[in-house]
Amino acid sequence: MPKVLKAEGMNKCIGCFTCMLACAGVNHRNHSISKSAIKVRTSGGLQGKFVSVVCLACKDERACAEACPSGALEKRPGGGVILKKEKCIGCRKCESACIVGAVHFDEDENKPIICKHCGVCAKFCPHECLEMEETANDL
Amino acid sequence: MIYEKYIRVLYLDLTTKKIRIEHRKDLYSYLGGVGVASKLLEENLKPELDPMDPQQPVIFAIGAASTIFPVVTKTVAMFWSPLTGELGESYAGGRMAMTLFLAGYDAIVITGSSSKPTYITISRNNVEFKDARAFWGLSCDEVGRVVREREPGGGKRSIIRIGPAGENLVSYACVCVDTYRHFGRLGLGAVLGSKKLKAISIVGDRDLPIKNFKDYFKVYQEIYNKVTDTSIMSKYHDAGTPVNIEPLNAAGGLPTKNLRQNVFEHGDKISGETFAHKNLVRKMACTGCPVGCIHIGQFRREFDKGHEYEAVSVSYDYELLFALGSFLGIKSSDEVLQLIEVVEKLGLDAMSTGVVLGWATEALAKNLITLEQTLVPLAFGNTQAYITAIEYIAYKKNEFYSILAQGAEKASEIYGGKEFAMTFGKNEMPGYHTGYGSVIGPTVGARHSHLCNGGYSIDQSMKEFDKEKLVEKLFKEEKERCMLNSLIICLFARKVYDRETILAALNSIDYNLTNEDLDAIGERIYKTKLRIKKMMGYDGKNVRFPKRLFETPSMSGQLDEKVAYELLDMYNKKVEEMMAKEDA
Ligand code: SF4
Ligand code: SF4
Ligand code: SF4
Repeated sequence: MPKVLKAEGMNKCIGCFTCMLACAGVNHRNHSISKSAIKVRTSGGLQGKFVSVVCLACKDERACAEACPSGALEKRPGGGVILKKEKCIGCRKCESACIVGAVHFDEDENKPIICKHCGVCAKFCPHECLEMEETANDL
Repeated sequence: MIYEKYIRVLYLDLTTKKIRIEHRKDLYSYLGGVGVASKLLEENLKPELDPMDPQQPVIFAIGAASTIFPVVTKTVAMFWSPLTGELGESYAGGRMAMTLFLAGYDAIVITGSSSKPTYITISRNNVEFKDARAFWGLSCDEVGRVVREREPGGGKRSIIRIGPAGENLVSYACVCVDTYRHFGRLGLGAVLGSKKLKAISIVGDRDLPIKNFKDYFKVYQEIYNKVTDTSIMSKYHDAGTPVNIEPLNAAGGLPTKNLRQNVFEHGDKISGETFAHKNLVRKMACTGCPVGCIHIGQFRREFDKGHEYEAVSVSYDYELLFALGSFLGIKSSDEVLQLIEVVEKLGLDAMSTGVVLGWATEALAKNLITLEQTLVPLAFGNTQAYITAIEYIAYKKNEFYSILAQGAEKASEIYGGKEFAMTFGKNEMPGYHTGYGSVIGPTVGARHSHLCNGGYSIDQSMKEFDKEKLVEKLFKEEKERCMLNSLIICLFARKVYDRETILAALNSIDYNLTNEDLDAIGERIYKTKLRIKKMMGYDGKNVRFPKRLFETPSMSGQLDEKVAYELLDMYNKKVEEMMAKEDA
C-alpha cells in the first residue's frame, strides 16, 4: 500500500527544524531550509504554536495538478503529485492553486518544491510529530 | 564561509550608515566562531578609548559547522565588557546562527553609533539601517513583536534586541535572541544601547548546494543518532538543566542567600521536578537541535480584581533558578518565574541581577546601605521587593540603583561589603559552590564564566583533590572549548562532539584537518583572547576572591583561601609559559 506523510503530532513539535534540514538535504542536496517541502513555522511569534505547512496528499482531485498547464504534476498513487521537472515551465500556477499553501517555489531553480511523501522528514523528527501512513491507492 | 577558503565578514558602521564586505583568507586558520571573533575584536579594538566609546566594535560570528550538524547552534558575540572592563564574550542559540549562515555572513563587525535609535535588517542581498525611535523604551518582547510584524521572512528570521536596561546602559544588560535565548552575560545589551542599536533582524534563505552529499549525510546521521538514541543528551530534554538543583543542593553546592548557605532549605520547591510538575507547559529547540532543552514555564497572574487572570510564559534554566531562586531565598516556582519575567522584559542578565541583589540584601541587613537608598525592604524571600528593585536597576531610579546597575563589585567598592560581593573577575558568580574548580575556574577563565573551562564540573568528577591535576585540567579545557566554540557547538553536546566526531564532521564539508590542527587552533584562539585581555588592562595577578567563598563550606568541604591563591599562581605560570612560547 502507498504511504503518505501525516503531520498530526505538531502539538509535540519543538521547532528544531530538523525535518526541513533533512528534506532539503536529501531531496535537494541543499543546506538551505528554503528548499524543504515541509515548512515549520510559528503562528504568531515564538510564543505561538508550531504549525507545519506540507502537502496533505489530496486524493482523487488534486488542485495543483489541475492547474498545471503543461502536465508536469502527475497524480501520485495514494495521494499528492509527482513533479516531472522536464515538463515544468515555472509558471507558478500550482503554487496558488494549492489552498493550503503547500506548494513552495524554488526561485533559484524556477520550479515548485513538491513533497514526494518519501518519509525522510518523519524519520528525522525527534518528536514523532510526523508520521507515514498507509493509504489505499486511489488511482 | 562553508566550502570556501575565506571568512566572509560584514562590516557595519552605525555612524556613517555604511557597510562593507570583506573575504578574509587570513582568518581561515581561526576556523570560525570565537576564533574569528577574537581576531576581529583584536584588530578593531581601540584600547586607548573608553570601553563604551562609540568607536568600539561589537563582533558576532557563527562557526565552521553552524546549523548543518545537530546541536551546532550558537552564535558568539565579542566586545569590551562594561561590567568587568575586559573581555566580553557571550553565546546565544535560537535561530540566529542559521539565519546568518543562510544570509551568507560568517561574521559581523559593528562599529560607530547612531545619533538616533535605529534597527538593522540583514539579508543575503540587502542591509538597511532603519528608524527605531518609536521602539526606544519598549520591552524585549514588545520590540520583538513590532519588528516581527514589520519585517518579512517569518520562519527564516531571527530577531535580536535589547530592552530598557540596555538603553539605560546597565552594565549587565543582556541581548534577547528570538524571545527565549540570550547573549546573557557581561553587558552586550549596554554596548548595543550605547550605539543606539535597538534590534537586528536577520533573514537567511540563500541557495546552498551540499558539496559531498554522501560523506556529509553519513556523518550527519551518525551524530543525529548519537544525540537522539543515547542517553548523553536526554537529561537536557527531560526536566532540562534545572534537574541539577536537587543533586547540587543535596551535596551542598547550591549557593543560597548570597552564599551564606550552601544548601537551600526550600530547594525542593524550586527543583527541576517541581517546575516540571507545576509550571512546565512546553519545550523548544534552537534551529538544528533535536534535543530541545528550552523549557517554558507558565504562571498565572491576577492583573485586576474580580478574578482577572492572565497566563504568563517564560523560559527557565538552572542558572536562573539559582540566581533568582536559591540565591535570593525565593521559595516557590511561581515566584521565581515572576522574577524571570521582569528580568526578561527589561533585558537584564538574570545571573548578575540575582547576585547583585544578593549583595544588596545583605548590605542592607548589615546597615552598609539604608532603606532610603534601596526604597524597598530587600530581604531574602521578598519577591515583591525584588521585582521593584529590578525595575529600579533597569531605570537607574536613584544614585544607589545607578551604582547597583554597575555590578556587585562596583557597589561593594563604594558601600563596602566586598567580602560578600560574589564576583569572579568582577563578573557575578554562577550557581556552583562545588570546590576549588568552581572558584579558580571562573577566576582564570578568559571571560570569567563557569563555561570557560567547566571548573564546577571538574570538581564533581575529580575523585581526589589534586592541585596539579586541577590546574592542568582547567587549562586544557579552556583551550578545548576555544576550539569547540569555533564550530560553534552548544556546550551541552560536548560529550557528543569528541575529537573523532569533529574531524569527521569538518572533513565531510571540505576541511582537511588533523587532530593536531585542532590542538593548534584551540591554543591560537586562547592566546588571542589573552592578548586582548592584556590590551584591556587585565592582569591575572590582580584578582581577588570574596572571603565568603572560604566561610561557607562547598560541596567538597571548607575551602582555604591560601590554596586558592596557590592554584591561581600555578595557573598564571602556565599561561605565562604558553605566551612566552609564542614570543620565541
Ligand atoms: S500540493 Fe496541495 S493541492 Fe497538490 S496534492 Fe498536495 S495539498 Fe493537494
Ligand atoms: S515527505 Fe519527503 S518530500 Fe515530503 S516534506 Fe517530508 S522529506 Fe520532504
Ligand atoms: S523535526 Fe519534528 S520537532 Fe523538529 S521542527 Fe520538524 S516537526 Fe517539529
